[in-house]
Amino acid sequence: MTTDGTTVSSLDRLGQDDTFPKLLVRNARTMPDKVALREKEFGIWQSFTWRDYHDHVRDFSLGLVALGLQPGENVAIIGENRPEWVWSEIAAQACGAASVGLYQDSNLADVAFVIDHCDASVVVAEDQEQVDKILDLLDKLPKVRWVVFTDPRGLRKYQHEKLIAFTDVEARGRALAAERPGLWEANVARGKVTDLAIISYTSGTTGFPKGAMLSFRNLLGMAMNLHAVDEKRPTDEFVSFLPLAWIGEQMMSLSTALAIGFTVNFPEETETTAENIREIGPHVMFAPPRFWESMTSTVQVKIMDTTPFKRFMFNLCMPIGRKVADLRFEKKPVPFHWKVLYRLAYWGLFRALRDRLGFTYIRSASTGGAALGPDVFGFFHAMGVRLKQIYGQTEISGISCIHRDDDIQSHTVGVPIPETEVRISEQGEILSRSPSVFLGYYKNDEATAKTVVDGWLHSGDAGYLAPDGQLVVIDRLKDVMKLADGTQFSPQFIENRLKFSPYVKEAVVVGHDRPFLTAMLCIDMGVVGKWAEKNRISYTTYTDLSAKPQVYDLLQREVDLVNEKLPDAARIAKFVLLYKELDADDEELTRTRKVRRGFVEERYREVIAALYGDAPEVAIDTTIKFQDGKTTRIRTTLLVRKLTMGRAA
Amino acid sequence: MSMLDVRGIILHFRGVAALSDVSFRVEPKTIHAIIGPNGAGKTSLLNCISGVYRPQHGTITFDGRDISRLTPSARTKLGIARTFQNIALFRGMTVLDNLLIGRHVHQRTGVLGGGLYWGFGQREEIEHRALVEDIIDFLEIQHIRKKVVGTLAYGLQKRVELARALALAPRLLLLDEPMAGMNAEEKEDMARFVVETAEERGTTIVMIEHDMGVVMDLSNRVTVLNFGEKIADGPPEEVQRSKLVQDAYLGEAPELFA
Repeated sequence: MTTDGTTVSSLDRLGQDDTFPKLLVRNARTMPDKVALREKEFGIWQSFTWRDYHDHVRDFSLGLVALGLQPGENVAIIGENRPEWVWSEIAAQACGAASVGLYQDSNLADVAFVIDHCDASVVVAEDQEQVDKILDLLDKLPKVRWVVFTDPRGLRKYQHEKLIAFTDVEARGRALAAERPGLWEANVARGKVTDLAIISYTSGTTGFPKGAMLSFRNLLGMAMNLHAVDEKRPTDEFVSFLPLAWIGEQMMSLSTALAIGFTVNFPEETETTAENIREIGPHVMFAPPRFWESMTSTVQVKIMDTTPFKRFMFNLCMPIGRKVADLRFEKKPVPFHWKVLYRLAYWGLFRALRDRLGFTYIRSASTGGAALGPDVFGFFHAMGVRLKQIYGQTEISGISCIHRDDDIQSHTVGVPIPETEVRISEQGEILSRSPSVFLGYYKNDEATAKTVVDGWLHSGDAGYLAPDGQLVVIDRLKDVMKLADGTQFSPQFIENRLKFSPYVKEAVVVGHDRPFLTAMLCIDMGVVGKWAEKNRISYTTYTDLSAKPQVYDLLQREVDLVNEKLPDAARIAKFVLLYKELDADDEELTRTRKVRRGFVEERYREVIAALYGDAPEVAIDTTIKFQDGKTTRIRTTLLVRKLTMGRAA
Repeated sequence: MSMLDVRGIILHFRGVAALSDVSFRVEPKTIHAIIGPNGAGKTSLLNCISGVYRPQHGTITFDGRDISRLTPSARTKLGIARTFQNIALFRGMTVLDNLLIGRHVHQRTGVLGGGLYWGFGQREEIEHRALVEDIIDFLEIQHIRKKVVGTLAYGLQKRVELARALALAPRLLLLDEPMAGMNAEEKEDMARFVVETAEERGTTIVMIEHDMGVVMDLSNRVTVLNFGEKIADGPPEEVQRSKLVQDAYLGEAPELFA
């Protein structure tokens, strides 16, 4: 599809209602009494219908007009996820202003930078904590004319001419509405699909954050295109608990919620999120890997503490779920007897487990932003939660790729959504193009020119397209290395995949400016030791165990599995099992357990020389240092294992 | 008019004089701290105000009314609530139930009405639950609403105890060492809640506290006791400068006051 495709885009399904305020008015007209937002307060879920939602936005928006907000200005919003947050955003947009979300846990320097850089004239702050931040900075923020607070607690004694309560702004809005009837309708009608809707600041790894400008076309186009491949329904429930300043939450709680009309629920407090998710039982969820990971580990810990019967059921049913999930990943038919067993496992475990986690009704669950280990991924699939990976960035309004229902693989991030093209540049960078590519960085043309070239968004991520068209993300481009012939590879990407094996404790992949890739692996003494006992292989020390030919065979199978999923040119050709574990005490790892690549390559240069030589083994004579300062001498012979799949073979 | 007027209190247990001729006033909507070394009679004084002890001499006037002869429960009904130095909650019950018990003095439904529940009993319960939820929100304990009190960390239990005292909807709140045994972060939270209770809810607070930083920061007025006698009374800065107080209370370490 070309960019001309926008004329018949999914966006057209929204007709004339092509801005957030227009969609709000539409929803208030077509389903006035349906619940649009819910917030838990005083222990009860308090509901707001689409009519309530509309009325609050109208009052606040006119209040902003009364305060003197002009079209083309910006409104900054900072606070927890609350109805007032989304009201403020749409109210600002109805005034012709853009909304700028700030992360509620930002430090003072970041808050000051963003509010000043985005030229905000009004700041909506949730509570005393946020108001204190803003008031402290107000001397340095001359462009701010008003600070609106939503929660008056603790602010009663504050006297500041720029400070005003949210409800007072609404009251001014109602007064203005009485004075100038028809103003609200005229303001909404004035909005255009091409208008700037939000400026989303992304934390750059270097320098100051950059503000990505996104229009209604960007945001709604993305929402509708995602909807086309991952259906949402007006009857769905969604829990909004990630920062609203983040594009992913904007995409769900605003763009999609307004376009589709589902209900958005705000938890009572951050601490009660898990409990509140369970109460709601959402149909749609979108969260980064750490959310899914922590949920998995919580379950595992609870299972260890539970009654023997429950633990027995868990250990009995989980492998059944895993087996069926694996068959589905491989797109193989599930044999009849496995279907029966899965049914039993569902009643025996998964039904209760899903209820506990709040996943009883879940239909669409996705994860994105970083890699999620296959184990965690499989855990959710085993219980029937069809978790999908997504890929995208703020600059493309959130998402460019997602798994399709019938084609989910743990190591890919799916295929492009409609109207979106993804290709790989000659440098191996992931490029994408769609009507949702942003308008540019606010007041930073230089960065915009670097990011969007000929309509293609440069992600800064390295990746490749698998033969079946699925996108695989490797690493940040700057962390990618090159073989002597120019083939690119990401050591970290391959190492992570090697480390997904329970037998591998650490892995170091070598190959920069060399003819092929090699790996140095450290076995996991506990797991490999258990395996050796089970297979009646006697051993004495770590050094001894890691030199056993049987252990080499075991690890070779693991490396082969990883190789299968790598492109031909970037497969591991040879590997050795190191005679000792990499250790932070030996300065081989950082304290956060990251490999210190340069140091390791220097220290093991004999081993690396052997890997790139012809000798099948290398004699080692070295000393190692213990934590207490003692040293010991190691003399051993290291085998070099060649792999059939690697290029050197 | 002062909210609380304590005059000429003399309390002794057989031969031991706990309080000798102590007088002080507490103004409405202020935080009034009572300090003094161990055994100075601080808790005894609080017990006299709440009605646990009957002083042999002296009068206690609350809102212009002499309450010296009233029982503790009668004083509670007038609007005096307290927390204890050692937590006194129902450990086997949930936070919510503990707070609802705090509402007990204000419940009008009898055994019959409550037993039948539907109608008046239900309406009243909803009313009380709403008040309790307001306090839960105020003290930010939503996440432990349904947890059993005995399983909670000490700092949280102290907060629940304050919540239960607030559930009585008091006009005068007596706090006996609300920050004892807390870590720095918990203390900061508690200090904020004490200030907000006074500012937001308009509750008058009389507080015994050992942490001088807290006393100096929070209180509008300080009364100092030593061996059952009042040795100073005034705004914190003034008390801080008093030579008598420094000698009696702080011994050889006056820098503690800095």
